Amino acid sequence: MLSLKIATRFLKSGRGQTVLIIFGIAIAVSVQVFVGLLIIGLQLSLIESTIGGQPQITIRPAGDTSAIRDWEAIIYRIRDTAGLDVISVTASGNALVADNNSTLPVVIRGVDFQSADQIYGISEAIYRGGPGTSRKEVIIGRDLAEELELDVGDKLPVLVPDGGVNIFEIAGFYDLGVGNINRTWVIANLVTAQRLFGYGDRISEIIMTLDESRLFAADEIAAGIEAALANEDIEVTNWKAQNEELLSGLEGQSISSGVIQGVVLASVVVAISSVLSITVLQKSRQLGILKAMGIADRDASLIFVFQGLLIGLIGAVVGIALGLGLLQAFNTFTASPEGTALVDIYIDYNFILRSWLIAVASSTLAGLIPARRSLRLNPVDVIREG
Amino acid sequence: MITMELHGVNKSYYGAYEQPVLFDINLSFESNTCSSIVDESGSGKSTLMNIIGTLDTPTSGEVIVDGQPISWMNKKQLAELRNRTIGFVFQFHYLLPEFTVLENVLIPHLIHDRHQSKPVLDRARQLLDMVGILKLENKLPPQISGGEQQRTAIARALMNNPKIILADEPTGNLDSETTRKVCGLFGEIKRRFQTIFIVVTHDHAVAAHTDRIIEIKDGRVVSDRLNQGS
Repeated sequence: MLSLKIATRFLKSGRGQTVLIIFGIAIAVSVQVFVGLLIIGLQLSLIESTIGGQPQITIRPAGDTSAIRDWEAIIYRIRDTAGLDVISVTASGNALVADNNSTLPVVIRGVDFQSADQIYGISEAIYRGGPGTSRKEVIIGRDLAEELELDVGDKLPVLVPDGGVNIFEIAGFYDLGVGNINRTWVIANLVTAQRLFGYGDRISEIIMTLDESRLFAADEIAAGIEAALANEDIEVTNWKAQNEELLSGLEGQSISSGVIQGVVLASVVVAISSVLSITVLQKSRQLGILKAMGIADRDASLIFVFQGLLIGLIGAVVGIALGLGLLQAFNTFTASPEGTALVDIYIDYNFILRSWLIAVASSTLAGLIPARRSLRLNPVDVIREG
Repeated sequence: MITMELHGVNKSYYGAYEQPVLFDINLSFESNTCSSIVDESGSGKSTLMNIIGTLDTPTSGEVIVDGQPISWMNKKQLAELRNRTIGFVFQFHYLLPEFTVLENVLIPHLIHDRHQSKPVLDRARQLLDMVGILKLENKLPPQISGGEQQRTAIARALMNNPKIILADEPTGNLDSETTRKVCGLFGEIKRRFQTIFIVVTHDHAVAAHTDRIIEIKDGRVVSDRLNQGS
């Protein structure tokens, strides 16, 4: 295509100018990529620390109901809901554990170990002993173990609200990384907990995690489950409802990041437009003669649109590379002495692709302004001026 | 066979006041003729050339190319007419400095057809051979002399096999030896391509190479005669 060929040659002939403008786009795109990915990384680590290793949707008894009955039927009805990853159940209740001089409040959490492990990562968190195999075994957290100075194999007396005392054997210690859990959760077999608190075959919670891509649809999925179950004895909560402040903080962060990126982009568009408008003047002789030779106005204008497209394509690629390099440098220079990064960087390919597309589209768009200017160029004026 | 006619063409420029440049020009040209328009004084001849070449429009009067009044054509049709029917050779050559000699010759073809087939390339090379600069095909215009640039411009003007060739002061910037060679080319082009060939010049020596000499003075045709000595 002649317009594309001419655009390429014009860019090559003004090499210094072309390199400068590509560099300008690259700087802008690199800022976009750097700021964008940094904020995405920050947000993801915030979310991870908030909801990682925890259920994202929970079904609890509502009102005066203390436990959920017919939970197998409920699970059967919701298990094919789109976006759900793992479904598990717990039977929990408050209790006290006694040591020689005092008692400590704990929560006995009876779990179906296999599915609960996929949510909480219990087996990975066990640092001594094992998960236990019998109904008489429990595992306790690091903080509780240290406070009670217990060891694997020791007996743990548990007092339940109805006054009974049950003796369990400690099968192992876990560390789930949250002090409060490590201090209060005594993880037991589901049936053990059901018997301990007189639940029969009822449970206290159905807990669920979501596919990673559907994390932010937790509210919609929870609403869908609630509507599908239409059961007044239960309520469905989700992590978004429980973390509204965090979410509004994240949204504010996203908006400010968007504003920065928008301003950078606008300045790029203005810069490209003005540089290409100058090239209309610089190349007016060539344009005049092309028009005299019969090039259509549309094709003459396309030369500038193609110039915008070409410098956008190259500038955006260079900018992305530069932005990723900046991130790498940022991570290296801000790392702790142990080598831990300040922010866990997440390379979001969709974001990078989007930034690239926006930069290329804006750059092409910026070529439209000089393209319009070129329409006004009359070949007679060029020929008359010599 | 093609004809070009000018009927009662007047041209004025409008600035702070009206500045008439051409008055009631009536001319007609036929294929296989080489005419010169001579104007020793000044600006009228280039204006006339631009009007004949459809780059400019007359204030009044009509230009008719092959029976078609150009005032009936829109911008796109005029661009097509210039590309297919008219070849221009300008005083300042106006080659594209970013393209090689061969590419410059190919541009009129590429404007209407993006395919650059072997026959097209062969034709471009034949034209460069005809004007004697085939060996320079890969040079850029700034790397060759003024005479060589003008020959490139002549080859370019012939690329689309136009029916009309307009040359505006084609030897204006050339030395006398090169001028002689370029003028020699005009006769050959007329014979080989059966065109209407119009040279606009202030130089009677250049006009002497043409079959017909039209003299313009102060914007009016003062004589229109066949050149017996050509």
